[in-house]
Amino acid sequence: MKNYDDKTIKQLNIMAVKIRKHIIEMLYRSKSGHPGGSLSAVDALVALYFCHMKHNPKKPLDPARDRFILSKGHAVPALYAVLAESGYFPVHELKRLRELNCMLQGHPVCTEVPGIEASTGSLGHGLSFANGVALAGRLDKKDYKVYVMMGDGETNEGQVWEAAAVASHYKLDHITAMIDRNFLQIDGNTEDVLRLESVRDRWSSFGWNVIEIDGHDMIQILNALDEADAHEKQPSMIILNTVKGKGVSFMENNVDFHGVPPNEMEYNLAMKEFDALQKKLEAQV
Amino acid sequence: MFNPRKAYGETLIELGAKHPNLVVLDADLSKSTNTIMFAKKYPERFFEMGIAEANMISTAAGLASCGKIPFVSTFAVFATGRVYDQIRMDIAYSKANVKIFATHGGISVGKDGASHQMIEDIALMRVLPNMTVLAPSDATQTRKIVELMAENIGPMYARIGRADAPLIYNKEDLKDIKIGKGLTVKDGTDVSIIACGTMVDAALDAHETLKKHKIGARVIDMYTIKPLDEKLILKCAKETKAIITIEEHSIIGGLGGAVAEVLAEEGFNGKFKRMGVKDMFCESGEPKDLLEKYELNEKHIVKNVQQIMKETR
Repeated sequence: MKNYDDKTIKQLNIMAVKIRKHIIEMLYRSKSGHPGGSLSAVDALVALYFCHMKHNPKKPLDPARDRFILSKGHAVPALYAVLAESGYFPVHELKRLRELNCMLQGHPVCTEVPGIEASTGSLGHGLSFANGVALAGRLDKKDYKVYVMMGDGETNEGQVWEAAAVASHYKLDHITAMIDRNFLQIDGNTEDVLRLESVRDRWSSFGWNVIEIDGHDMIQILNALDEADAHEKQPSMIILNTVKGKGVSFMENNVDFHGVPPNEMEYNLAMKEFDALQKKLEAQV
Repeated sequence: MFNPRKAYGETLIELGAKHPNLVVLDADLSKSTNTIMFAKKYPERFFEMGIAEANMISTAAGLASCGKIPFVSTFAVFATGRVYDQIRMDIAYSKANVKIFATHGGISVGKDGASHQMIEDIALMRVLPNMTVLAPSDATQTRKIVELMAENIGPMYARIGRADAPLIYNKEDLKDIKIGKGLTVKDGTDVSIIACGTMVDAALDAHETLKKHKIGARVIDMYTIKPLDEKLILKCAKETKAIITIEEHSIIGGLGGAVAEVLAEEGFNGKFKRMGVKDMFCESGEPKDLLEKYELNEKHIVKNVQQIMKETR
């Protein structure tokens, strides 16, 4: 297992706060978008883009790059923020999310934005797309990895299980999928809407290597990604136990913030919380 | 007679040698679509996806994103309607270089019945931005179209029928055909019959019969339904008094619909008739009996043309 020093982890945690601030800022400005599932996905995205993945923002189409596919396309504000902070496009572009004549569409489009691998937004496609990327990598004898993030509610979709079967059948061990397990979807608790448990057993029974962690703990995320990469002959699933709306006290575990942006008061409150947290984290470095 | 499906399988093998990036996916129908021929020759480039078409389409898009040229095959009914959202998002919207090649289009599929007789696929694919829609009419044209699909970049859909079909062309006839064009197969100055796919042969037979009745029927093989050869349609509108379209597809939204849109916008004031399945599901039966009952054969083309000619006098 790799050893991640304290400073690295702290810097990643600071970046996660910055990304969350971008998200709130973007959604507040555009007066639309999905805060809950964007906020819950942030830590894994930060771990991937700022520490784990082989990628070069100056060469977004480098054939050797690791790929990340955001299957839960509605969480794209988190991905846009991460791509901008990585250098794929200027950070000021974020302000124009969902505006007319702006490349940052409400859901990601691969033809428009550098760093976006797949057009998503209709749920359940991402893992299938990843299968194609992994099969191509195998044919081309390339060693790149393919990471996919799905929502937990998203796995209601039948296509996810078609893709799960195929990835396992073809032993696509270069795929690491993640489920943002925040237990909430639009109509309520995932277990009330359409039971998912046991998530772990379902994926194991499909032939996947399953790792379950705290999806907001940077060390756990990085270790899980390393473990998944090293695993052979099976695709890996990391169940990220997360909190919907993570980081904003009144959004946490509040399903009303699935697809509703903050109003002015909520925006100010959220920013205050983030500023305080950022200050605290920066003081520790 | 030569089965276009066999022509498809044979062409894939040829193209496999020419294009090392060409890959093929099928959903448990490789023996029917004939992709099995490619699978045997290039097993490492063939992906059996099981009876899971949605995953197959999105997987093809993933392969295309890495520079592969995926040919995806299954029956037309599963290749379009079942996976519409996957085609829309991952192929059309994403401008993925995926080639969907469907077999078993139309009602001449026969005894399997309406569940397997795809009569809406051209309409479904035609309405998608960025999508090219093709319907080759015989084995020779199938070979050429498959080549063109591999050599031209972008999302494409092609459909052929199930049955053996008469050979209309030899290779030389088609050496210059291009995507986006139609082909004037027979000339005539009274009426234009614009056909696609399996119905081109019926139109050619009708041409001969009509000749005996002193009616000059021009026959257009409109193997590209999108982008449509509007110039050729307008030429027909100018040079012949009437236009008939015929396809093994619903009269709504397919070739007939596409031609009607062009003619209406140009103010065509001649006679116009769409032949196709009249907004209904068909049934089990022998292909030739089905084509007779649903009025999609030479006899019914002749009848319609004679009727129209009577009305134009």
